[in-house]
Amino acid sequence: MSASVELDNLTVRFGSFTAVSRATLDIAGGEFFSFLGPSGCGKTTILRAVSGFLDPTEGAVRIGGQDMSGISPNRRPTALIFQNLALFPLMTVAENIAYGLRVRGVGKAERRRKADELLELIALAGQGDKLVSELSGGQKQRVAIARALAVQPKVLLLDEPLSALDLKLRQHMRAELRAIQRQVGITFIYITHDQGEALTMSDRIAVMSDGVIEQVGDGKSVYDSPATPFVASFVGENNAFPGRVVSADARMAVIETAFGRLAGRNPSRLTAGDRAILFVRPEAMVPTAGAPEATLASEVVSVAFEGNLTHLYLRGSGKKEISLSIGRTAGFAMPAQGATTPASYAPEAGLVLPEGALARE
Amino acid sequence: MSSRFVVLLIPLAVIAIFWLMARREAATRGPGHRGYFDRNGALLGTVFIALVGFWTVFLVVLPYLYMVVESFHPRLIPSKRGGPEDVLTIAQYRSFFVEPSSGNWNTIHLWAFIYTIGVSVVVAAFNFAICYPIAYYMAQSGTRQRVRVLMLLLVVPYWVNEILRAFALRLLLASKGLINQMLMGAGITDGPIDFLGANVGLYVGLSYAYLLIMVFPLYNAIESLDRNQIEAARDLGAPWWKIHRDVVIPYAKPGIASGCTMVFMLSAGSLAAPQFLGGPRTLWFTSIVYDFFFQSFNWPRGAAYAFILLVACIAFVLLMLRVFKVSLGETIR
Ligand SMILES: Nc1ncnc2c1ncn2[C@@H]1O[C@H](COP(=O)(O)OP(=O)(O)O)[C@@H](O)[C@H]1O
Ligand SMILES: [Mg+2]
Repeated sequence: MSASVELDNLTVRFGSFTAVSRATLDIAGGEFFSFLGPSGCGKTTILRAVSGFLDPTEGAVRIGGQDMSGISPNRRPTALIFQNLALFPLMTVAENIAYGLRVRGVGKAERRRKADELLELIALAGQGDKLVSELSGGQKQRVAIARALAVQPKVLLLDEPLSALDLKLRQHMRAELRAIQRQVGITFIYITHDQGEALTMSDRIAVMSDGVIEQVGDGKSVYDSPATPFVASFVGENNAFPGRVVSADARMAVIETAFGRLAGRNPSRLTAGDRAILFVRPEAMVPTAGAPEATLASEVVSVAFEGNLTHLYLRGSGKKEISLSIGRTAGFAMPAQGATTPASYAPEAGLVLPEGALARE
Repeated sequence: MSSRFVVLLIPLAVIAIFWLMARREAATRGPGHRGYFDRNGALLGTVFIALVGFWTVFLVVLPYLYMVVESFHPRLIPSKRGGPEDVLTIAQYRSFFVEPSSGNWNTIHLWAFIYTIGVSVVVAAFNFAICYPIAYYMAQSGTRQRVRVLMLLLVVPYWVNEILRAFALRLLLASKGLINQMLMGAGITDGPIDFLGANVGLYVGLSYAYLLIMVFPLYNAIESLDRNQIEAARDLGAPWWKIHRDVVIPYAKPGIASGCTMVFMLSAGSLAAPQFLGGPRTLWFTSIVYDFFFQSFNWPRGAAYAFILLVACIAFVLLMLRVFKVSLGETIR
């Protein structure tokens, strides 16, 4: 059984500091929903407000349509997986998993049966009598998931659960988490600062910056049509060319940048004179000349061969270099380091957004 | 050969053992390792060994040993010491159980012994009940500023002399003391309640004397518990008392054992509180020992009684650690 989660104008302040500001969104029952943002942007705070460890300063949290204000964490239909897992070190694996059942007064035999069932689900069958300290990082991770699932929550809250694992395991666990979510069918709210995790696992993503939700959408729309310069620069690599709009219509805009006039889509309906930033993804650029208002020229700073892709770094106007990622089958002749090369893109691949803060590198 | 001669041989034996240990260290370590005498030089090395040996032997081992020996001797006037009547005997230990003059059970002393142990157990348990919430608050839920104030409030009263504190408590609890006056003034009782005669003063005094000794081990143990574990238990549906039962107390068990052990030991061996706060008919075991030494000058019997108390307390503590599955090493972590 799953439940929807609604944040209604959720605001959390610590003293005069606003950690989460007017967050409003609906998460559907059974959805895999991620909050993505840099560390310190308020993700954990939102999760703690949903799980009940923290009271909203303003606004409300509703789960399954029911207002949660005044309902303590042990009475909410949620289960939280902590950033550091917080397994009980003095209990065995099975005791950990069955703890939620134990406090509900479930009998010993039934607890054991349920624990074995969950151990099966997380591929740790027969390891129930081990101590938590005898498990590997990935196994502990799965035990934490099983412990949370044992109480049959309608919503599972996961706070950067993979951040302690090494890269290989992390990628494996992504698939596993997604599979578990499909199997149990409950709502997952997942927190991460890793865009790869958010993009691969989630049905939808909310991108956050400094306590504010910047954009909500599925992975493709967040990546292809970022709503703000922050989202454009935080989700995936992006080249940013700040400037001023010189001409614009409902579809396209041309802006004057340090590399001349460059064009891009104009979803925000900017008009001539507005300050703006043009974003072009590295994989959308090629090292040849194209349409005049989608071509620039610059010196090659370095070339990095990465097997399937070759990364070309050109001197930018600021500190940051312009990067191009070129597929090996595209058949371009690579310019040498130190040479000056043209670089172009399809004008529709450019995106002009109103000026705003970029993600910190 | 007098047993007292054996006692005098022991310092030499200990010094010899230290010296052998130093030599062994030099011999067993690898060639690159500089032995004890290489590091400190022959002269200084010998002086160190002599000093440590002296300290261990004369201040730690010998006094106890002397007392053990003493407890196995009959009580004699000085001129008869070392004479034919000065033999090894367990009469002093026997006298704890059986009255030497009448041959009946020594019920007075046996009862005082049981009473002392019993009250000490209760004091330790009571202290734990009071200190656990305080320690938990200080370690997990209090804001830093409040914890600092609380700590100060706990510590400052201990700057006052123990005897002064006992007498202050006596003044509070006496028949014409503040508490009785208030009770009578409020019309709750007609006559004064004999708190001191009923040993209320003793219990309160003992508990209060060792409050800090309980609070700090508990605080130390609970403080290192990851807050997320408490929240995880709560998130999984545990009400507060189950969180304490299943998560906090098992984690803090070594600290609890340490605090309870110390309070129990100190309470069983305490002198001031029973002396000044005990009721007139209350016989505390340590007071009996004290009287043997300083009233009747019966050192052998006093020593025997003291060792009976010591061994009984250690045995009791070890039994309790076994029952609660705590190892001795954990309690002194
Ligand atoms: N209890 C608290 N008191 C004061 N500030 C807090 C508290 N909890 C979090 N913060 C602040 O709120 C901001 C958001 O924190 P958090 O939600 O933990 O970020 P994230 O999980 O996205 O890294 C941070 O700047 C953090 O310092
Ligand atoms: Mg966080």
